[in-house]
This record gives sequence, structure tokens and C-alpha cells, in this order.
Amino acid sequence: MSANRWWGRPATTLAACVARGELSAEQAVESGWEAASTWEGDVHAVAHADATVRARAARTAPPGPLRGVPVIVKDNLCTAGDYPTTCGSRILAGYRAPYDATVIRRLRAAGAVLTAKGNMDEFAMGSSTEFSCYGPTRNPYDLTRVPGGSSGGPAAAVAYGLAPLGLGSDTGGSVRQPAAFCGVFGLKPTYGRLSRYGLVAFGSSLDQVGLFARHAGDVALLYSLLAGPDLRDATTRASPPPDVSAWDRGVKGLSFGWPENLWREGVEPEVVAALEEAAACLERAGARRVAFDFLPGTYAVATYYLVATAEASSNLARFDGVRYGPRAPSTDVWSLYVRSRSQGFGPEVKRRILLGTYALSAGYYDAFYLKAQRARTRIRREYQAAFGRCDFMLLPVAPTLAFRLGEKTTDPLAMYLSDIFTIGANLAGIPGLAVPLGLAGSGLPRAVQLVGPEDSEPTLLRAGRALEVRGEVARLGREHETEFPWPMKR
Amino acid sequence: MSIDRDEVRRIADLARLEIAGGDVDRMAKELSAVLDFVAALNELDLADCEPTSMVPAAASLRDDEPDGRRLTSEAALAAAPERERDFFLVPPVVENVNP
Repeated sequence: MSANRWWGRPATTLAACVARGELSAEQAVESGWEAASTWEGDVHAVAHADATVRARAARTAPPGPLRGVPVIVKDNLCTAGDYPTTCGSRILAGYRAPYDATVIRRLRAAGAVLTAKGNMDEFAMGSSTEFSCYGPTRNPYDLTRVPGGSSGGPAAAVAYGLAPLGLGSDTGGSVRQPAAFCGVFGLKPTYGRLSRYGLVAFGSSLDQVGLFARHAGDVALLYSLLAGPDLRDATTRASPPPDVSAWDRGVKGLSFGWPENLWREGVEPEVVAALEEAAACLERAGARRVAFDFLPGTYAVATYYLVATAEASSNLARFDGVRYGPRAPSTDVWSLYVRSRSQGFGPEVKRRILLGTYALSAGYYDAFYLKAQRARTRIRREYQAAFGRCDFMLLPVAPTLAFRLGEKTTDPLAMYLSDIFTIGANLAGIPGLAVPLGLAGSGLPRAVQLVGPEDSEPTLLRAGRALEVRGEVARLGREHETEFPWPMKR
Repeated sequence: MSIDRDEVRRIADLARLEIAGGDVDRMAKELSAVLDFVAALNELDLADCEPTSMVPAAASLRDDEPDGRRLTSEAALAAAPERERDFFLVPPVVENVNP
């Protein structure tokens, strides 16, 4: 692998070559599937695919900035007329959405081709993509390890080259953490910048569609095409989204926060090494480090597992065997609900629905849900104070590199703690960018996270780009394409 | 803070879920562990913190604006497990109805 000269190229390059007629949209799409023929059987990133459907989509793709560029999207984004939308759950087995999510409409209008739906933890609840009714996805860098989650399918597929772009959803880190584990970029935008219309709801005040790409410039392009107000999602912001076209401008004059107290314990040495290397890169490129202490992430995790589960217990009440999905045979409506839900939902979803129902139930509401909402205010203030002192913060994405399959499935709390550095951004509604930083000695991808105030995507992308070229200022402004890091061994 | 077997069954009823007999103990243990963990919030001074239910900047909701696009009843019913004409079919909801 690979005689296929198009495989692994950035979306911007593919789109330019299609526009110039150097390759057809079909060839661009199939170049990724050639890689898949080698890898997909082991990695299992794909939940739904159909060669006829994608060939037709490639043939009919309209002219646009992404014409012919394949994109893999998470199985919780509604797509009409091509693939099922099942959220990795038996309770939506075979479900076909009657409409496109707004982000899907915008992708198609830009000429992109949906090449597959990606595997995920059931209803986006999980951090390893092991809780899918289709079975686990594996990390393409080490098949004994998880790709992260819950958007592990799109992350792994973008990493091995099925597509240069992917869409996921990030409620507590579900785009950034798998991006980190798979060595690709993962952006969770500011809450309200990308429409949630057609994204199956999990925690509505936290959910945000997120982006995967292998290059900072591709993230910027994808963001610019998808962000913006949507009449069908009242939580989208009415103002125009920030301009990310200066993603390649460098970081001279910017300052980054360095809350070292967060990784003094409980964080793997390889993760700390990546942070130190990233800080040195940013300084070399002209940014200034500002050290301060920050609120430990355990409070954010505690807040999140009350807020997100409460919202989930309410959102998932709609899956009851009445309007869609399989129905358990019943003679009365009570057992129709209970049986359809009990047979349809997997163990992690049930656990979270129960926890959320408990937090919202009479007698416990004040002690749990209301307290968590107050803590959310406290956490937001903590970020506001930090961004009074710096333009963005440098953080780990996760406390570890990719962990082994099965390592955390029997200990829910241990799994929840793998989101300790990502959850805060969802609670505060601010953007976070996972940036790949090469491979550890073990061969596993390393990454760091950049978190900034609302609408700081342009700043985060500039810093992400500076890290992509390892702080080599001289390279900024030259050809955007950087080497694809995939260490292909087959 | 701990949740016992009866509490698990009570919450499961509220959530319209059935937890298999053998799983009730495990679920009680796991939920109790999570509740012990979230008790960490008691360490925070939240006296001057109003509850946040959404990020304020995004929560400035507008009036509904009809845009003309709508789902046909055929499309909405396409995934129905059981239907009759233009309706979702369910078992009888009202009991003891005298004709």
C-alpha cells in the first residue's frame, strides 16, 4: 500500500484536483475504499456503507468547494435517502431518517460525498466505541486498543484514510478524545455555531457537531462551510460565525495558559511530554506561556454526569417502540414501552438513563440536578477568569494514550474519567481542538488540546497549525499540504 | 450516598425500563459508585452561583419562523412498527371503555 496516489491527500488537494479534472469524484471516493479494503476488516470503523449509493452520490455531486471529497459521518446524524441512521443502537435498527441534518445538507451542497456512516458508542454514550450494537471499532495504530469514543468510527476511518474528513458529535469529548487516540485533528466548536438539527439528541445543552480531519487547513475549510445560523435549530447563534481563513497566520503575539497543576498526578508521562513539546513549539513560533492553577477536572466530570444524564433521560424517552424502531410484541401499552426499551437499549444507555432519572426525581432534584447546574456556573466563571489572562489554554485531551479494549468496560467510573480534560468545554459552551503531535515510543498517537473562549476557533486553528508544522515559522505560508503521518506497515 | 435494589427498581419504573433480576445488584453498586463520586460537588462553594441550564449567549431564543418545508405524514409514518391509515397503531390505552 499504496499504489493509489490519491489516498491520504488533504480534502483541499482532492477538491482542487477534481475541480481541475485531474481525477473524477468517483476516483476520489474509491481511493479511500482501496485503503479500506486493507484496513476496514480489522478496524471496523464503518456502520453503514453501500457502493452503489456512494457511486451515485459521486456522479451527481454538485460543483462546490468539496466536490468529490469523501466524508464519513457518525451514525447519529440523520441522512435521508442513502444510509440508515441508528446511533449504534438496536432500538433504531433499520431506521431511515426522512430528512437530512442541516450539516449534512450543507456538506452535500458543497459537493461532498457521504462515503459511509461511522460506528459509535450507542447514543454517543461511551469513550471507547465498545458500546455499539455493531461491535467495537479498533484503533488503526494498534488493533488491541480502542479508538476512543464515542465518535470512534469516523476518527479511525479518517486516520486510516477512508476519507480526509469526518463528522462526529461531542457532548463531553466524543470528538476530541477519539481524534487524540487516532492521531487526527478533532474540533468541538463553540456551542450554537453548528446546527444540531438532525443530530439525534443526547444532552441538548452540551451536544455539538464536531469535525475530524488530518490537517488544520481542512478543519478550517470544513468549519467555514458548516458553521452559521439555522432556522431549524433555535440554539444556533444569529451572528455570523468567526472567520477562520487566517488559520495559517502563525501564533506570534498570542498567549497560552499552562495550568500545570492539572497534570501533576494521574496523567501518563507520554501525555505530559506531549504538552511540554507543544508548549516549546508554540513558544518557538512566538507565543507566550502564562502559568496558573485551574479548577481540577473531577468537578467538571461530576457536574457532567448529572447534567448530561438528566438531559439524556428526557431526550431518550422518545424511543418507546411507537413511531420508529423495532417494537416488542405486547397487549398493553405499558409493556410495549418497557419491553421495547429494555430490549432495545444496551447496558451503558440504561445506566445513564437510570442515573439521569434519579437526579431529576422528586426529592433528589435539588441535591443533584440543581447543584450540578450551579456548579456549571462556577466552572464557566473559572474559564472566563482564565481567558482574562491568556488567549487559549493548552491542556491534555485525555489522561492516557489509547487504552486496551475491555480495560474500562466493567468500571463505568474509570471510563467517565477518561473525559476529565474535555468535559469542561462542553459545560462552558466553548471550543476545543485536539491536535495530533506525532507518535509515542509505543507507536500510539499523542495529542494535545487547545481550549479558548467562545468563538475563538480562528485562534485555536492558528495554534493547531503552528503545532502541525512543529513551530517551524519558516514553513508557515508555504504549501498547505503536510506529510500524512500514517505509518503504513502492510 | 447509596442506592439499594428497591431504589433501582423504582427508578427503572419511572424510566420505563426493566432491569433483569440478576443485574439489579450490579446496577445498584455502579450507580452508588457514581453518586459517591459526584458528591465531590459538595466541596465547591456555590453560594453565589445561579444555576446554568444553557450557555447564556446561545440561549437567547427567537420566535418560531415557519419556512414552508414540512414532513409529509407518509414520510413520518414510513418507519412506524405498526400503522393503520395515517395513524401509528398501539395497543388499547384506555381501559374499561363501555360501548
